[in-house]
Amino acid sequence: MKKGRFSSATLLLSFVLSACTGGENPTGTSTVQGDASGSRLEVVKGRGTLICGINGDVPGFSFVNEQGEYSGIDVDLCRAIAAALFDDPSKIEFRPVSAQERFTAVQAGEVDVLSRNTTWTLNRDTAVGMEFGPTIFYDGQGMMTAKASGITQLKNLEGKSVCVLAGTTTEQNLADRMRKEGVKNYNPVVSDNDDALYAAYEQGRCEAVTSDRSKLVARQSILSKPDEHVLLDVVMSKEPLGPVVANGDSAWYDAVKWITYTLIQAEEFGITSQNLSTFENSQDPNIRRFLGLDEKLGEDMELPNDFASRIIKHVGNYGEIYDRNIGKPFALERDLNNLWTNGGLLYSPPFR
Amino acid sequence: MTNEEKIPFWRDDRFWKVVIQVIVVAIVVAVFIFLGSNLVRNFQRLRLNFGFGFLVDRDRPASFQIGDSPIPYSATDPYSRAILVGLLNSLRVMVSGIVLATIVGITVGIGRLSDNWLVRQIATVYVETIRNTPLLLQLFFWYFAVFLRLPKIDNPVIFLNSIFLTNRGIYLPFPAGSLQTWLSLGFLVLSGVLAAILWRRQTQVIVRGGASGRTLQMGLLGIAIAAILTIIFGLDWQQPQLDRAANSLEGGLNLSPELATLLVGLTIYTAAFIAEVVRAGIQSVDRGQWEAARALGLKSGLVMRLVIFPQALRVMIPPLTSEFLNLAKNSSLAVAIGYSDVYAVSNTISNQTGKAVEMLLVVMITYLSFNLIIASLMNWFNRSVQLKER
Repeated sequence: MKKGRFSSATLLLSFVLSACTGGENPTGTSTVQGDASGSRLEVVKGRGTLICGINGDVPGFSFVNEQGEYSGIDVDLCRAIAAALFDDPSKIEFRPVSAQERFTAVQAGEVDVLSRNTTWTLNRDTAVGMEFGPTIFYDGQGMMTAKASGITQLKNLEGKSVCVLAGTTTEQNLADRMRKEGVKNYNPVVSDNDDALYAAYEQGRCEAVTSDRSKLVARQSILSKPDEHVLLDVVMSKEPLGPVVANGDSAWYDAVKWITYTLIQAEEFGITSQNLSTFENSQDPNIRRFLGLDEKLGEDMELPNDFASRIIKHVGNYGEIYDRNIGKPFALERDLNNLWTNGGLLYSPPFR
Repeated sequence: MTNEEKIPFWRDDRFWKVVIQVIVVAIVVAVFIFLGSNLVRNFQRLRLNFGFGFLVDRDRPASFQIGDSPIPYSATDPYSRAILVGLLNSLRVMVSGIVLATIVGITVGIGRLSDNWLVRQIATVYVETIRNTPLLLQLFFWYFAVFLRLPKIDNPVIFLNSIFLTNRGIYLPFPAGSLQTWLSLGFLVLSGVLAAILWRRQTQVIVRGGASGRTLQMGLLGIAIAAILTIIFGLDWQQPQLDRAANSLEGGLNLSPELATLLVGLTIYTAAFIAEVVRAGIQSVDRGQWEAARALGLKSGLVMRLVIFPQALRVMIPPLTSEFLNLAKNSSLAVAIGYSDVYAVSNTISNQTGKAVEMLLVVMITYLSFNLIIASLMNWFNRSVQLKER
């Protein structure tokens, strides 16, 4: 009889414990109701650090540099958000997430913002329950092969193997494009890990590997013999990459959106981390408003009024970020990723 | 009796037993209601709908290709078809893995008890190395260090002019699937049944009658020769053909590196555990049984087959069942090496559609039903070898 009671007690205990662990998930998310008061913006401010979901495996976007820190354009976007909120770009917890788990991580509130070279698509914006911030990198899908393979166009891939990352738009584009090209018999080798994927490609498991062109260029640079590989002259799709937050929280979404636009607008104004101090006495009302010297644009979205100058001070403008992470290391032209005034697609709505 | 009626209810043991059970049930229900409502609230917050309709919707093609597919599949098929491909991929690894692991496991297990020093040492080193390293590590080893290191397809390793090893996969001869193949298969099944009957009869004759059973042995030999001839010539084997111009191999059976890795990795890993189960089972049979069987004049092969193994089997089956279930579950590690099993495919689908909860349920139900089937088959087998006490 004693025994019976004891086992009931342990059972009870185990259920109490499982209730605790089960309750962990809602604590992060249940406060979010859509109005500003219960927004993730408040959660992040209260926590004092930003949890940012990144890739971690793509040089130029997010990769560990020689100093042992994450660097890249995706990482700098996270830093910009932390700089705006806390005036300290180091108050970030980076969470590397795989392509497969990234949306679940956002849905479940595991990460505050996903800055992980993620393509903006209608399906992800609606059915998947995401909200996409402004595009920070206009990319297109490419195909890399070994020079020795003799493959010069997609049609040559009949009967060949193609390495592709699982759970990406790349995987779907590949299927679409091959159908269009009439290549019926190709064999996708699907991995959910970039390092494993490019290792398999290098060992000759597949004749070609497909991904965003910027990523292929970056990855090519860290192959053991970069010169033996070449990007085919095709752009298979549109890949606008940008930050992602969960649906139904407009306060947080607005903050992420305008922090991103700040980077673009700063470049348009010509404000850099170097010359920021010279603008403090600027008479241009647009710049004064932008830097929080006049009016209270920041307050309206529950950010500090000087959020723009904080961002520029710590992270720089878009042009600086691009040059630092992509332009200099990989000699990739800005093309579409230039300001609209320079023939590119980057355009910020007015800060007023 | 009269004393007991005076005990107040809070000191009555029976009362508390009931109360505790009620509390436990209430807490369980409360936890599930809490988790369920939390799920619903979060679905509403993210404006997502719960439902499985997208799986069969013809207007929502999967739009991703699957490398390894035992059935025809294209990117325009609905998601349910993709899941079916994943299921079949999982099943073929599980079934062939269980069969192979059992064969290797029993061999190694008996090897660990061998009188031969070298055999014993080899078996011990195998079991101890494999059992004590993580399976994921072993899979990466097989994939990156073995199968991807095979020569490229333009320069394959060729055995007997019919087995081709390349880093694009292992190409083996395979029956063509023609009428001749099926007729031969039918013949093989028939001769197998006949051989089993004859074998049993022979054992009976030897054990009960003390006769040599020579005539029956000749019959068995005849069946064996006929079967071997059928296997070699009757099955209509298709050899892989190397096309040097196109750098490709056509025909026969192609085991992709991913499938080969998973199959070999799971087999080698699980066999080490099965070997230990077999060894423990055999050692659990009392020494006296060996001595008694030998005293009756049985040859050592017959001692093992008729006396020791049937008794060992009773001990072995329950732990063996666990190993089979482990193999089935471990097959989900396929996702790490890019083999499209049901878990990998569901992962991709959940990522594309955002239906994470639904796909998680699908995967859980799949593995649960796989394992319940394996468990019930093994339980049935277990009952059939137990001592029938009358």
